Amino acid sequence: MGETAGSSVQNEPRGQDFEQVLGQSDARLARFEDRPPGLIAALQHGLHGNPTLVPVIVLVVAIAVFGLIAGGKFFSPFNLTLILQQVSIIGILAAAQSLIVLTAGIDLSVAAIMVLMSVIAGNLAVFMGVPTVLALLVAFAGGSAAGLMNGFFVTKVKLPPFITTLGTWSIFFALNLWLSGAQSIRSQDIDRNAPLLKFWGEGFAFFGARVTYGSLLMIAVFLVLWYLLNRTAWGRHVYAVGDDREAAELAGIQADRVLLSVYGLSGFVCAIAAWASIGRVGSISPQSFYEGNLQSITAVVVGGISLFGGRGSILGALFGALIVGVFQSGLRLANVDVLWQVFAIGWLIILAVAIDQWIRKVSR
Amino acid sequence: MHKAALMGASVIFASAFGGAALADVGACLITKTDTNPFFVKMKEGASAKAAEMGIALSTYAGKIDGDVETQIAAVESCIAAGAKGILITPSDSRALAPVVGKAREANILVIALDTPFEPADAADATFATDNFMAGEMIGKWAAAKMGDPAGAKIALLDLNPSEVSVDYLRDQGFLQGFGIDIKDPKDIGDEDDPRVVGHDVTNGNEEGGRTAMENLLQKDSGVNLVYTINEPAAAGAYEALKAVGLEHQALIVSVDGGCPGVQNVADGVIGATAMQFPLLMASNGIEAIAAYAADGTKPVNSEGLDFVNTGVTLVTDAPVEGLPSISSEEALHQCWG
Amino acid sequence: MSGQPILSARGLVKRYGRVTALDHADFELMPGEILAVIGDNGAGKTSLIKALCGAVQPDAGEIFLDGRLVRFASPREAQAAGIATVYQTLALSPALSIVDNMFMGREIRKPGLAGTLLRALDREAMRAFAREKLSDLGLMTIQNIDQPVETLSGGQRQGVAVARAAAFGSKVIILDEPTAALGVKESRRVLELILDVKARGIPIILISHNMPHVFEVADRIHVHRLGRRLCVIDPKTHTMSDAVAYMTGAKTPAGMEAA
Repeated sequence: MGETAGSSVQNEPRGQDFEQVLGQSDARLARFEDRPPGLIAALQHGLHGNPTLVPVIVLVVAIAVFGLIAGGKFFSPFNLTLILQQVSIIGILAAAQSLIVLTAGIDLSVAAIMVLMSVIAGNLAVFMGVPTVLALLVAFAGGSAAGLMNGFFVTKVKLPPFITTLGTWSIFFALNLWLSGAQSIRSQDIDRNAPLLKFWGEGFAFFGARVTYGSLLMIAVFLVLWYLLNRTAWGRHVYAVGDDREAAELAGIQADRVLLSVYGLSGFVCAIAAWASIGRVGSISPQSFYEGNLQSITAVVVGGISLFGGRGSILGALFGALIVGVFQSGLRLANVDVLWQVFAIGWLIILAVAIDQWIRKVSR
Repeated sequence: MHKAALMGASVIFASAFGGAALADVGACLITKTDTNPFFVKMKEGASAKAAEMGIALSTYAGKIDGDVETQIAAVESCIAAGAKGILITPSDSRALAPVVGKAREANILVIALDTPFEPADAADATFATDNFMAGEMIGKWAAAKMGDPAGAKIALLDLNPSEVSVDYLRDQGFLQGFGIDIKDPKDIGDEDDPRVVGHDVTNGNEEGGRTAMENLLQKDSGVNLVYTINEPAAAGAYEALKAVGLEHQALIVSVDGGCPGVQNVADGVIGATAMQFPLLMASNGIEAIAAYAADGTKPVNSEGLDFVNTGVTLVTDAPVEGLPSISSEEALHQCWG
Repeated sequence: MSGQPILSARGLVKRYGRVTALDHADFELMPGEILAVIGDNGAGKTSLIKALCGAVQPDAGEIFLDGRLVRFASPREAQAAGIATVYQTLALSPALSIVDNMFMGREIRKPGLAGTLLRALDREAMRAFAREKLSDLGLMTIQNIDQPVETLSGGQRQGVAVARAAAFGSKVIILDEPTAALGVKESRRVLELILDVKARGIPIILISHNMPHVFEVADRIHVHRLGRRLCVIDPKTHTMSDAVAYMTGAKTPAGMEAA
């Protein structure tokens, strides 16, 4: 631009001569380029505006395909509700994970927080005679504190979330083994001393389906978080910080406070998962869910939430968890070896991220 | 390099009365982790025996199962410290073979506990549970208990997709004991007997046990016999059965002998379990080191096996004829963890 | 020029180690005017603007807003005091909608329990307000106020950012290189937008390298050189070559020999 400011340029009248011609052109600033898009481009744009559409489509197609392959056994109300039960814990963890991923972070410690809190609640209520409600409150406080600890390192010490949670994953896991002596608390002991811990494992049956309260809890967690993220100012700030932290700060958002609240809430949700997991598993098992963090990330990614932050709906993670559950159930009923189930989930992840990248191309 | 400092090596010195002659004999115990009750019990057995015999014992542990690096550093520390013998539960049967080779070159007696090396003769000896026999024992018990093995519908809850030796040995031992043609004894799931409903993996914990049981019930809700790789998986399987009201339809058998598992036998959750003896592995190991330090004798394998069998005992409250067993009450005094 | 300046600064100093970015710089913005700030790269105009909008804290000197001494610890404080800045990067969240961006940090909650207890946003009120503000500035050809900002053109985004700055009772708007990233046609529209905002009585500080644009819209031009204000010139009485010469030191303004 410097050359126009050269000494040869004389004092100009208002507006540039060469720009006068613009007056004859279309002066509308904000007009949409309504070039007729091809089918693919239209699809790309549609998905960009509605990123949860992909997992919903995949879920529906997967159910249909496995219904055809595995037949009535797969389609039975019992099996469909069983899938819901089987994904409920990873689903709740995926909700916690989604919160972090929306801020462009990643949390490797979600499952470790969950297991640690279940061990704490179990030891207090089953062995130390603490009232169950109080033990659960301790677990909720502990889960939130564990999340805030992650948040503290991410915001105040400025460590990358990946490294922070890689560290706290080990820390929480070690604490869990220390507190539990790597020994499970038996189902029978829980029944005797603190049956409330197993509440979420109960449920009701109808038409052959068996719905546990834990499955409903998972759905409720997602709906509440969806509301917070989409219908409150806090939620908008979470998206803004994840999308472009610098821009959000310049617009007046205190990014560190938002991030701290996200990590704290995520830890709290992990504590909810802890309670639900006791009902689901039946006992309190310090060795369970060792890979729960990776499974939760899988659900989030398959659900179309961008690992780059700020994009995707938390409901996607619910569909992601269900897709994984449907794949596993379907492949199993089709007598596919465990090995190939693992193989299929791997491809699912890669496909999901590839689709995310393709959709994101719309903006650039 | 000097990881030893980080591992918190603990040294237990000989008590004054004990074989004073052996006071300068050093031994190392290197376990996979120091949190798993199985290894805690092992450490207990080794410490007690070492104190009794007047041997200075150093103990090391990996951070998690599979932590090869820490174990290698531990072996190196033991060589440097001039130990007479090393007791080790290798986190990786192959990866640790070279470093224990170095230890043997330094005239240190190396004994694998619980998990054999590959090849087994990478160590001077292996003190372990005969896992195939453990499986066979509960298989035979189940066949006798059911009365009509022809009507069995069997679900097998294994460890993980890698099919490591303990996994296939217990699984195939169980099937053989029950009277099913196992074909390749190293391959899980190649049998074609219609009584086998299916195999699924549990990762050896309650959560995996429950999910795997649910899955196999989906294949055939008539399952009436459940083999489990260990007792936590058995507890999970029981929860799955209970959730659909089938806990009285199916008989659950398992392997291990952990105290919660034995308690579950007493409570009727598990029909029978085969108990192993980590404490014995370790105390036998210490004795072998003492003998080697005294006159250079090395342990001899059990007959027909490439390891020293430290024994398996059937635990059940419903004994069957022809199969020696102990009651859960008795077993509670011997269980580990 | 008569009357009291709406925003002024006296003797601002800012040092970064051994580099002096601001060397006793003065500044004055009059009500209702467009004041352009020009200067060569490294002349310290960025530091000046950052000091005015609260992004950096000067080591010495004073800033007055409406005649009152002010001290901003952060851009948020400056914003709260009525100094809105449209950064060159625009500070918009690309994946969020136009409404979300306009209300970022200033969201309206629903009346009653839904707002206080459930913290629910009043999305209808926010949409209506955003639509109104955009129409005021002639930007309402943007049809869908819920569309993500990243689907807008560069000029449209600039429009949203300026509308946001103008919408919330700002006393002063700082525009940092608003046309730098735009094509000819869109630059023209943004210049018209700037004049629109001025017509609504809000004074503007315009930082730009583009001399024709500066001379077209500015009432006065603040020339920054070597960390301080060299002179203020009137675009009607000076040429672009004069401005460039002052800026680069090729020429010294009359009565300013001391500099």
